[in-house]
Amino acid sequence: MPEHVATPGPMAVGAIGTRASGWWAMIFMIFTEAALFGYLLFSYFYLAAQPHMPDTFPQGGSPSLRLALPNTGILLLSSAAVAWAQFGIERDRPVQLALGLGFGAVLGMLFLGIQVFEWWGQPFTLSSSSYGSLYFTVTGFHMAHVLAGVIILWALCAWSLLGLFNRVRYAHIHIGALYWHFVDAVWLAVFFTFYVTPRLS
Amino acid sequence: MSVSDYERVPEIGSAVLRPGLTDRLERMWETRPGIRGWFATVDHKRIGIRYIVTAFAFLIAGGLESLIFRLQLAGPNLRLLTPEQYDQLFTMHGMTMIFLYAGPVLTGFSNYLWPLLLGARDMALPRINALSYWIYVCAGIFLYAAFAAGFGPNDGWFNYVPYAARAYNGGPNVDFYALGMILLGISTTVGAVNFVVTFLRLRAPGMSIDRVPILAWGTLTASAANIFAIPAVSLAFFLLWLDRNAGTHFFDATTGGEALLWQHLFWMFGHPWVYAIVLPAMGMVSDGLPVFCRRPLVGYSMVALATVATMVLGFGVWVHHMFATGLPSVSLSFFSAASIIIAVPSAVGVFAWIATIWYGRPVFTTAFLFFASFIVLFTVGGVSGYMTGSLPVDWQLTDTYFIVAHIHYVLIGINVFPVAGAAYFWFPKITGRMLDERLGRWNFWTMFVGFNVGFFPMHLSGLLGMPRRVYTYADGMGWNGLNLITTLGSYVFAVGVLLLIINIVSSYRRGRPAGDNPWDSPTLEWATTSPPPPYNFAVIPTVASRHPLWEGRLGEPDTQQRSSLKAGFLLDHGRETLGTTALEAEPDLILKMPADSYTPVILAMSLTILFTGLVLHIGWLAVAGALAAAADTIAWTWPERSLGQTAGAADA
Amino acid sequence: MGGMPDAGPSVDTLISVFDAAAPLNFLSGHGDRADPVVALTFGVLLVSVAVVAIITLLLGAAIWRRPGIAAQPPGTRLSLEPAAGGQRWIGIGVGVSAFVLLLSVLWTMQVLATVASPAAPAALTIEITGHQWWWQVRYLSDDPARAFVTANEISIPAGRPVRFRLIGADVIHSFWVPALFGKTDLIPGQINTTWLEARRPGVYSGQCTEYCGVEHAHMGFSVIALPEQEFTAWWDRQLRSPAESDAAPASAGNIAFTTHCGSCHAVRGTPSAGILGPDLSHLMTRRTLAAGTLPNDSANLVRFIADPQAAKPGSMMPRPDISARELADIRAYLATLN
Repeated sequence: MPEHVATPGPMAVGAIGTRASGWWAMIFMIFTEAALFGYLLFSYFYLAAQPHMPDTFPQGGSPSLRLALPNTGILLLSSAAVAWAQFGIERDRPVQLALGLGFGAVLGMLFLGIQVFEWWGQPFTLSSSSYGSLYFTVTGFHMAHVLAGVIILWALCAWSLLGLFNRVRYAHIHIGALYWHFVDAVWLAVFFTFYVTPRLS
Repeated sequence: MSVSDYERVPEIGSAVLRPGLTDRLERMWETRPGIRGWFATVDHKRIGIRYIVTAFAFLIAGGLESLIFRLQLAGPNLRLLTPEQYDQLFTMHGMTMIFLYAGPVLTGFSNYLWPLLLGARDMALPRINALSYWIYVCAGIFLYAAFAAGFGPNDGWFNYVPYAARAYNGGPNVDFYALGMILLGISTTVGAVNFVVTFLRLRAPGMSIDRVPILAWGTLTASAANIFAIPAVSLAFFLLWLDRNAGTHFFDATTGGEALLWQHLFWMFGHPWVYAIVLPAMGMVSDGLPVFCRRPLVGYSMVALATVATMVLGFGVWVHHMFATGLPSVSLSFFSAASIIIAVPSAVGVFAWIATIWYGRPVFTTAFLFFASFIVLFTVGGVSGYMTGSLPVDWQLTDTYFIVAHIHYVLIGINVFPVAGAAYFWFPKITGRMLDERLGRWNFWTMFVGFNVGFFPMHLSGLLGMPRRVYTYADGMGWNGLNLITTLGSYVFAVGVLLLIINIVSSYRRGRPAGDNPWDSPTLEWATTSPPPPYNFAVIPTVASRHPLWEGRLGEPDTQQRSSLKAGFLLDHGRETLGTTALEAEPDLILKMPADSYTPVILAMSLTILFTGLVLHIGWLAVAGALAAAADTIAWTWPERSLGQTAGAADA
Repeated sequence: MGGMPDAGPSVDTLISVFDAAAPLNFLSGHGDRADPVVALTFGVLLVSVAVVAIITLLLGAAIWRRPGIAAQPPGTRLSLEPAAGGQRWIGIGVGVSAFVLLLSVLWTMQVLATVASPAAPAALTIEITGHQWWWQVRYLSDDPARAFVTANEISIPAGRPVRFRLIGADVIHSFWVPALFGKTDLIPGQINTTWLEARRPGVYSGQCTEYCGVEHAHMGFSVIALPEQEFTAWWDRQLRSPAESDAAPASAGNIAFTTHCGSCHAVRGTPSAGILGPDLSHLMTRRTLAAGTLPNDSANLVRFIADPQAAKPGSMMPRPDISARELADIRAYLATLN
């Protein structure tokens, strides 16, 4: 038998960081969700490329940045909070962990609230045109992912407060943070598509 | 907190020198008996068998559907079925075969075999494994409930808009199809993630990437593809459901939508999918055929690379399903060229299999007959595909029975025949008994003759212009005799499939005892008992070649390292298996595996309730399903000490 | 111009017999656009047959070149063959295949270039609108007075290219005349174009080839190629209103038709101007009824009008609420629509 197998040294046990099966599973779930958003944005660009009457795509002209831009900042900040939380548990600071997760979750809820307000103020509806359908469906898909992420962050926060994690075993935090950063990155792609590309042409 | 809470020196040993080891492992790994165990098992072997049995049930359902409408088509101007009945039958047939049989049966075989082939105690994510099965069976029931109630999907398996839109298809038929497919897509996706993670993390030490059985390459490739492809069709169906129920305008041309958006999204999934439902089957042939040639596969590396290449190229040809839609000819020409060139990696497999037989010594078992005949059927299906790759020729061939011939040669030839061969090959491992070889001969020849008599004439009726999806046809078109022959052949083929099922059912109790390795086969699954114990291997084997059980018999030099099957990692401190590195499979960490759990079946039922609420427009039902799903997911993911997910020692 | 050289009456006869036996076949081309594709079709077909034959022979040789071994009792230890040899053949096989595939791509591209546009300008443009389950045919002309609408039967001048604009009214259909070229879809929201050329006068069968609903099976049509002068005469006749030749404009059948059928069907020059169903102006010149469902004769006409759902279940034409007397009158009126 090969030597390292015949006389093995101490081996880690359990879900350790990026060697946990769950972490790998989340990576590939992110691939599939990224593909989903890829196809959503493909649908946007495909329909955008069709001939349209003036001012119908985007309907009412380029969507306003007044709420969307600061909201993007809020989401980026929430990612920073979650990263700060992860630094905390890596240095055995469970208070920093719980605070960072809670803060990230609150910022995520703020993002959702602002976006619902933005939805309410749009001049078009889900059924007014293909643009309206795309806008609400794509941002809606993203909001659903944010909502799931907020629930995940609150669950992680609660588990942290129960003292379940330490600097060796915190795979759940790592996996949840990965998901949250992904949701953030997707928002950048969605934001770029809806709010920036119409201003480029 | 001491380091030893999180680390351990794993013991090396053997079952012989450790009395009581196998009893302890058995107690730790066996599924609880009775109803509890039935709903809560996470044993990949039980899940794999369920997948195979359920897939075969759908094979029979889909087959009966086709036998009914083949009666309608046996002669011109028949009126055994109304057009509506015919349309639902042919749609259900296609949907059942492609989504409820072809993918799941290969998932089933892969699920059962992978940990045994790879030298592990289970798949990487056992509860996800259970979840993917439960969702699959719920989605199948969801789709068939619609059919049973008289509003089965009726727009063909690819469900084009605008005919699928509410304006032209007012009943709930398409809504059931759309939501049922999204639900099924969840099953396929999480199952695919499980296979990829298992391949990368759970192989036995020493099983480097170039020692992995080709079935694992096939399923890995299909799974990786599904991860990227399934969202396209799930999204397409979701957007269609929105168009039909929420007034959106994705596919409606009068308000800025596009009918072709559906086709692009559907086929961007659909083409990779058809490779996903054959590559694992080709892998089964690549692993099984060499056993009956008494030598390793010729060109292992080329076959593994060709498998991956076919799948990657398969993402670049979807427009060949849309050649007649009036897209710009520059883009169509590119896709035509790509669709012809994609045959190159397929050729690798054909020549590898023939070379393996040529430079080997055939053993004439029933499995060999299925595996060898598959090569011819593969070639016929492949060349008819090559013909359709040529754009101007496809403008004639598309939407005729020539295409129906092509799809059945590739689906029956490259999926059903390998599955039948795989049944003969691996039934002894699964049950401990052999299938009857004499009945096997009858089984094979009936299937082979029936299939070719039934489906070869479709090439001709296609060339004579018979269109697809017609519930009847006129006299005097030159199609009468061909259709009658096809109907007769399909019934003979059905008898062949029936013989396979009879063989399975009767041999289950009365077949000859098989022993551990009835075929004198080289791979790891034959190193354990038939059927395997719940823990698969008493010790985690160490692998030194592609064919551990043939080492020393192939004329290798004596200095060559040998696999170690009887001595290895014990990993008996609870349910455990070994995590290894992705490329070289060096030992990395000890993975704690979950015990039986109800959370997967509850999540599957919650999601089904959610989708039922959506399709029936019962809001509170949908909300209840969603809340139950969320609650169950939290319970499922609650950090567990025994899984090594929390601070503190995990070992028992 | 492409096309096969005239091989003499015996080949022509064979082709005619073949075409008559299988009217939708596309193995015999009948025009400039069809011929290069027929050659390519036979080419790839021959390659395919050859490949299958070669692979089958190789497989047979591989299996039977030495005596094989019969199935053994389970657990029998059988000797192994040396694990050497064979890889070279994969390279050769794949190399030869790749070469043939490359040639196929080149030939495909060459045929595409040849059939992209007609050699001469199109003689006319015809606009086809696909409905569930019939074909609306509008002849376009620079002179608006010469434009007209008909249904399900398309006459064209033989020997000249004809352009078609394809419009989908409801769902996706596909326009296919196998003897003259491949199919092109009619997709709501976009206008596709194609062109056809029929070398000789004759009747060329067509069929919808995209599943479009319950009566997709009964959505056929014909392309009738006429010698140039006959075609011009035919066009002139289409422009004439049948009312001009009807000796009794206020006949019972005329009135019954206008009342019960005129809201869906049109007859040129009469009050019947419906556009939901096929134009019936010159119904008696058509060879079939209901888009190829029934031959056009008196008995079938009566049968169809009395109960359209029996002949074409699911079609959009409801059973008309008329008496037997009215049915006979309508039939008599329709018989005058030449």
